[in-house]
Amino acid sequence: MQSLLLIIVLAPLAAAILAGLFGRTIGRAGAHSVTIAGVATSCACSALVLYRMLAEGAPTFNDTLYTWLVTDGIRFEIGFLVDHLTALMMVVVTFVSLMVHVYTIGYMHEDDGYQRFFSYISLFTFAMLMLVMSNNYLQLFFGWEAVGLVSYLLIGFWYTRPTAIFANMKAFLVNRVGDFGFVLGIAAIVYYTGSLRYADAFAAAPAIATHAIVPWAGASWNAMTVVCICLFIGAMGKSAQVPLHVWLPDSMEGPTPISALIHAATMVTAGIFMVARMSPLFELSPTARSFVLVIGATTALFMGFLGIIQNDIKRVVAYSTLSQLGYMTVALGVSAYSVAIFHLMTHAFFKALLFLAAGSVIIGMHHEQDMRKMGGLRKYMPITYLTSMIGSLALIGFPGFAGFYSKDSIIEAVHAALEGGQVPGAGYAYFCVVVGVFVTAFYSFRMVFMTFHGEERMDHHTKEHLHESPLVVTLPLVALAIPSVLIGALTMGPVLFGGYFGTAIQVLPANDVVAKLGAEWHGPLEFIVDGLKSPTVWIALAGVATAWYLYLANPALPARLGETFAPLYRLLDQKYYFDWFNERVLAAGSRWLGTGFWKVGDQFLIDGALVNGSARTVGLFGALVRHLQTGLLYHYAFAMIIGLSALLAYILYRA
Amino acid sequence: MLQTHLLSVLVWLPIVGGIAVMLAGERAAKGLSLGVALLTFALSIPLWTGFELGTASFQFVERVAWIPSLHSDYYLGVDGISLPLIVLTTFTTVLVIVAGFGSVTKRLAQYFAAFLILEGVMIGVFAALDGLLYYAFWEAMLIPMFIIIGVWGGQRRVYATMKFFLYTFFGSIFMLIALIYLYLKAGTYDLGAFYAQRLTFHEQVWIFLAFFAAFAVKVPMFPVHTWLPDAHVEAPTGGSVILAAIMLKMGGYGFLRFSLPIAPDAAHYLSWTMIGLSLVAVVYIGLVALVQQDMKKLIAYSSIAHMGFVTLGCFLAWDIVAATGSLHGAVLGLSGAMVQMISHGLISGALFLCVGVLYDRMHTRDIAAYGGVVNRMPTFAAFLVLFAMANAGLPATSGFVGEFMVIIASFHANPWYALLAAVTLVTGAAYTLWLVKRVVFGAVGNDEVAKLEDIGGREFLVLGVLAVAVIAVGVYPKPLTDVMEPTLQHLAELLSASKL
Repeated sequence: MQSLLLIIVLAPLAAAILAGLFGRTIGRAGAHSVTIAGVATSCACSALVLYRMLAEGAPTFNDTLYTWLVTDGIRFEIGFLVDHLTALMMVVVTFVSLMVHVYTIGYMHEDDGYQRFFSYISLFTFAMLMLVMSNNYLQLFFGWEAVGLVSYLLIGFWYTRPTAIFANMKAFLVNRVGDFGFVLGIAAIVYYTGSLRYADAFAAAPAIATHAIVPWAGASWNAMTVVCICLFIGAMGKSAQVPLHVWLPDSMEGPTPISALIHAATMVTAGIFMVARMSPLFELSPTARSFVLVIGATTALFMGFLGIIQNDIKRVVAYSTLSQLGYMTVALGVSAYSVAIFHLMTHAFFKALLFLAAGSVIIGMHHEQDMRKMGGLRKYMPITYLTSMIGSLALIGFPGFAGFYSKDSIIEAVHAALEGGQVPGAGYAYFCVVVGVFVTAFYSFRMVFMTFHGEERMDHHTKEHLHESPLVVTLPLVALAIPSVLIGALTMGPVLFGGYFGTAIQVLPANDVVAKLGAEWHGPLEFIVDGLKSPTVWIALAGVATAWYLYLANPALPARLGETFAPLYRLLDQKYYFDWFNERVLAAGSRWLGTGFWKVGDQFLIDGALVNGSARTVGLFGALVRHLQTGLLYHYAFAMIIGLSALLAYILYRA
Repeated sequence: MLQTHLLSVLVWLPIVGGIAVMLAGERAAKGLSLGVALLTFALSIPLWTGFELGTASFQFVERVAWIPSLHSDYYLGVDGISLPLIVLTTFTTVLVIVAGFGSVTKRLAQYFAAFLILEGVMIGVFAALDGLLYYAFWEAMLIPMFIIIGVWGGQRRVYATMKFFLYTFFGSIFMLIALIYLYLKAGTYDLGAFYAQRLTFHEQVWIFLAFFAAFAVKVPMFPVHTWLPDAHVEAPTGGSVILAAIMLKMGGYGFLRFSLPIAPDAAHYLSWTMIGLSLVAVVYIGLVALVQQDMKKLIAYSSIAHMGFVTLGCFLAWDIVAATGSLHGAVLGLSGAMVQMISHGLISGALFLCVGVLYDRMHTRDIAAYGGVVNRMPTFAAFLVLFAMANAGLPATSGFVGEFMVIIASFHANPWYALLAAVTLVTGAAYTLWLVKRVVFGAVGNDEVAKLEDIGGREFLVLGVLAVAVIAVGVYPKPLTDVMEPTLQHLAELLSASKL
């Protein structure tokens, strides 16, 4: 088992090194062959691991690979934990990665950085696998930062574009703010358990929950709440939750394949995965879970609103990713960890599909991303259209498609939590996720209608060259479209209610909303029938209808609405002023403070007053004293007489 | 013979070699100095491999009477604290010599000689176990560096050298007084006797402050750090590398070797000040680094911020005991501090070499003069991004290891310490990546940048070796921490035992 796992991890790494360091030697074909071979190996082996676990009942693998260092009795190790949760993630990551690798051949074929790109995405696959396969916090953080590094390199892939190199720095720094919390969470765990292994932390979890941290006199925080919120702040960075979401829309500056792979399907779900992995900890802190719930709900709804007014096709998908990550976070907040992972999986397929389809449109449009200059593309790009349609239906939760099962489960889980009445914030979350359904349907079909239907708004030249993308592009679309339809119906029963996750995810009986859903579960078909009776499906259809009315039936209306509700439009257009705040207040404030410290602290006070000041004082003193040393004997004699008399006077006076 | 006198050879070989280079003249300078540096490095390898793990006692000890009237011995030895620093010194010197081949044009022989002599003296500082001998090496170290900045430095080199000299000299005078006082108490300059010497609380405080004056300047700690940016800016590339990579470590080494074990109660009493100053270094200096316009100044400030982790790790023990009732976590802080020193030696050295590469071509350190370097120098850009990421503490590079350990250790002492220390995750990334963005990325900034040529074989070799070292320590730091562990365990016992 261990050698199999090593192959899974090292094959993409080796391929990345080959393509990266020897890209010029092996050439373009060499680079894509070697990286695709590496990722395909990894994917096949991951599937084998999953198969062995499901069919042959292979036990959980939990072992140390090597010891990174030992000090003070604390072992820092690199090791793998592969259970059903990990195996699922491995398959999803490597499968999407493989599709993206193939797709990249078509998407990047004119780019000078071809080999570099393949090297990066293979390196990413390695890092992501290290992250999900870790059995300890050290390696988790390794993978966590490594995917961040590759994301940085890939957002700034076109490094001559000012927007791209701003976006990649922003992404890294915002993620670092999350990591700031993450590291403190890890430090707290080491403090309480003396170990970095998950298993030790889980075993010690009840004990940690009895500790308190006293931040200042009179206050007392539950240690587990502090640990969980710190860890979750890390997840907020990586999984782009409000207010650390600001980097994700900008990350669209990167080439589209990585938007699909990193900024939709895999890396951004690392935070969701991490919280699910840490379920034994989060279960012990209701406060932390409510925090998670409220942040997730806010992201789900308010980021969805922003998707409504975007005109850049990739940005619509990006905001929809933010919103969907919010849905997953909501599921985590109500202890429905398995549902969150389930939605993570379905989302990985249909969102990668939507991004790659958007990329296919962008290729067809000669790198035009503005939907106002598209329209009617379904005639020219039938496969792209069809697959986009499938992806969008899955995204809005149309009955029968993959997203329907997962998203409806989230809404049901929140509903169950609300009925249980034990989770503060559940009411707000329920409102957000239900309204979010309408918003999701609206922006998704706004995109579909603006791009593929209606009037053809592109210029003559573009129209002449419009055609369907080549096979290397459409093949991954089709390959992703299939699970986008089927994966929900096929896996919902076993994954959510069949005890698939076993002990990988632990939920306290009192919080177990998934069990409540399970009581009403009679199979995928019945779930559809039940879904039709619930309002959510009709809300989604209302969203589609509204989009149809506004963008196909009455296309002049949206502009008029924008004028009527100008302040609201401006608020959305400015993305709730988060960027403004970060740039004008936080970044500018730091620079202002730094300049102040430098000019006033270092240069004026320390150097001016202390260092050069003491030199000047010595000089001044010397200059003064110099006047006393005239070299004239009678001056000295005079001084002596004065001194003697003063001394005598003093002695006499005292006597 | 070699085995028993290995340390003496490591100290005197480069010094004698340096004199030989000076005598041999310009033409033989390159080959000879490289030979000496390589040989010294090669000889430091048996020091590492022959070092016995699992013991805290000094090894490779050499001791002969030096000044009998003062009871001062020529007494050398290494333990887990000094060994990595000595190897770092021999390693870095080789790179500095190679890097100097292309970029130094005037007084070649004297340039290389100065670095070789400096190397020997620095090894002497790390190896000396006699207070007076230590002091002699310590002061001797100033002279070659003074010359290096003063002769091969930039335009304001006179101001910078004076500032550097006065700052450090000011500090070391107090240290000399402390050493003499300890001699009068103990009757010998033997470091072991200093450790065993019982001292009253007041004596300890004065001795601690006297050592502090010397070491805080060297680290440098806030607020006695302002010499460093000036010295770095004016120093030639090699000088900056040695200054950042090795000489700053003298301060951290001094705390571990002298202040903590000799005056533990004073260190305990003043630890809150030391921790406070360390955190100021991390946060305040991090913000100052953000707004620097000069590449070397930026890296210099970044050095101060990173060295804040060293001093933080050194002084956590008592707070940990106060918070948890046990010493568990103290050694984590100490070894974090040590690893941070080694890592900073590699990374800051590499970054200064990178600036040197650019300076050799463009003759400016002004960040605004660059932009889009990657278009012309892709290989160099890859190296710079790697070292920048290491500087920002990215896992799998050496920069992560020490910071991570110190942050965890500081959480043991007080969560607020950890919180403030962790600010470096954001500030460190901010100033480093902003530098990279402005210098490396973007379209070609101007005509000068358009004429740049990528690094040649010699530069590739130097940066490549450092890149391998940075990644090796990041991926597998265990060999390093294994060497240090017993010594640091012993040190933790020493400093937790009151001398009152």
